[in-house]
Amino acid sequence: MKWSAVPYSALRAMKRNMMRTILTTLGIIIGVAAVITMVGLGQGASAEVEEQVNRLGQNVVLVFPGERSLGGVSIGGGSANTLTVEDAIALKEEIPEVIAASPEVRSQRVIVHGNQNWFTRIYGQSADYLQIRQWPIESGEMFTEEDVERASLVAVVGQTIVDELFEGADPIGETIRVRGLPLEIIGVLSRKGMSLMGSVQDDIVIVPYTTGFQRISGRTHAMVINIQVFNQQSMEIAQQKITDLLRERHRLAPDQENDFTVQTQEDVAQAATETSRVMTWLLASIAAISLFVGGIGIMNVMLVSVTERTREVGLRLAVGAREPDVLLQFLIESIILCLLGGLGGILLGIFATEMIASYAGWPALFSTEAMVVAVTVSAAVGLFFGFYPAWKASRLDPIVALRRE
Amino acid sequence: MSLIKLKAITRVYDTGSVKVEALRGIDLEIGQGEFVAIMGASGSGKSTMMNVLGCLDKPTAGNYYLNGEDVSEFSKKRLASLRNQTLGFVFQAFHLLPRTSALENVELPLLYREDELSWKEIHKRAKESLEIVGLGDRLDHTPNELSGGQKQRVAIARALVTRPDVLLADEPTGNLDSRTSLEIIDIMQSLNRDGLTILMVTHEPDIAKFAERVVTLRDGLIRSDKMIEQYSATDAIENWKDEDETEAELQNGLRI
Repeated sequence: MKWSAVPYSALRAMKRNMMRTILTTLGIIIGVAAVITMVGLGQGASAEVEEQVNRLGQNVVLVFPGERSLGGVSIGGGSANTLTVEDAIALKEEIPEVIAASPEVRSQRVIVHGNQNWFTRIYGQSADYLQIRQWPIESGEMFTEEDVERASLVAVVGQTIVDELFEGADPIGETIRVRGLPLEIIGVLSRKGMSLMGSVQDDIVIVPYTTGFQRISGRTHAMVINIQVFNQQSMEIAQQKITDLLRERHRLAPDQENDFTVQTQEDVAQAATETSRVMTWLLASIAAISLFVGGIGIMNVMLVSVTERTREVGLRLAVGAREPDVLLQFLIESIILCLLGGLGGILLGIFATEMIASYAGWPALFSTEAMVVAVTVSAAVGLFFGFYPAWKASRLDPIVALRRE
Repeated sequence: MSLIKLKAITRVYDTGSVKVEALRGIDLEIGQGEFVAIMGASGSGKSTMMNVLGCLDKPTAGNYYLNGEDVSEFSKKRLASLRNQTLGFVFQAFHLLPRTSALENVELPLLYREDELSWKEIHKRAKESLEIVGLGDRLDHTPNELSGGQKQRVAIARALVTRPDVLLADEPTGNLDSRTSLEIIDIMQSLNRDGLTILMVTHEPDIAKFAERVVTLRDGLIRSDKMIEQYSATDAIENWKDEDETEAELQNGLRI
């Protein structure tokens, strides 16, 4: 058997039925494109999550009020009034592993500068908050502990505020008003981008927590305590000590459950990564189904093709083709069909991913791995779905096949 | 030693409820270089016999010696190799691959050779083969660009390209008009003169008369096996004038 003739004659057969070839491969093209797009976006999202987790800060422990399940991580929630500013101070002073602790209070307010206004979130934090978050100041400076003690009317703002209220101009020294309360801008934060949950982190105003509690929110209890532990190795022991100290401070009996939740950066990361991983798998599964359907399309067309070409098969058998020759001929045809579809799918997939990524503002990652997998899978689809028609062709009786009109 | 020897060949189709005896004991010897016509009405078993001779079908009982070898018990693989190397087929319906050039059609059997040829050699042999049937200038034509006679010539070229010992032609002129039929027969006669053994199934006495031996089948048995005075297709073409003469010849029938 002259093997080099097989792919050639397969391509010829496809060229003869150009329209049908295109329509058949369309199923595979869409399937592969879907897989590539989904995996690309999913991996992009995972990478983003990872980066976000790193941006969260180093060796960070978050304490939320109330009992919260670990799986359903939500940085936002937690409305119970169980954490106090004193808790935060005690944590920092009494636990040696804790090097910084910031009681957080958030309010959503309209801030005004001149005739501009902007709806944003105002965070009350301690002076070492930026250290916890590993968030550098771009210009100006962070407020000090004295500012916190005195509940000074100062603020550090994110890039979004600079863009929206000051149109990019230097806002240091300017005053913004929150319900008539003037806040002097003393620092501008560097750009941070989107958070794990998709909010723009740069849309932020940070004020001393005292100012936040007393002058802006009117709340009495911390919504979160942001804690930095001094190194990675101490995370576990710190977590335990934090739990013990808070239970003691809250006078919880041994049979009572915690009225707070301690979460580490890893917990958050794990949950977030898990979520994006599940999403990736879900999307990839849906895409795989379309690839499967594409494969069934290939099988259909190959079956029709075998029926149509019964006489050709009969002739090939008559002039000396053996059963395996015919089997392989049709198999290779369907594999080539699928491989062409796979290549088309990769191109379409890259295009689609870029489009969606740029439209939705997500990062897109193309792994050669995903492409190799997609092509391998499409060849496998061709092999799997092409086998039955090919087998059917090879089993034809040449006498019957030649007589078929 | 004869090229083909059939000994008590039977072929029974078992369709479950009914058993059809297509061949009921055929004994036949065909020597190297013969031009034999196998005649018979439909249902006489001539097609079955052709299938057995062509190694497309195995006899139910009996022995088939081809070049001295008993091929009736050959494996599928060896039969395929026989069809490829030893036998050449020409069919009534031509069976050319559609939208494929004459050259590629003729190359087809060479692709299935056990000992591979180079592409150069494959092209060369196919071209030579087409030149033999007078289509050296139609290499790139596809079947739908060829007339019926030309198609059959391509089919003959395809059968010849493997340099077979026997050419098996199943109603080779069945789809052609009389004049074109003569041209095809002329080619076959010329190949026969060069030493090729030809077995031709036909139900037309007018075609069978161009063979040198006529075997007539009826109900699965050989009823007659005679040498005849062979007509020359070249002469027939030269003397080709009008319809009447053909009619006259038809009525003349076989001169046995």
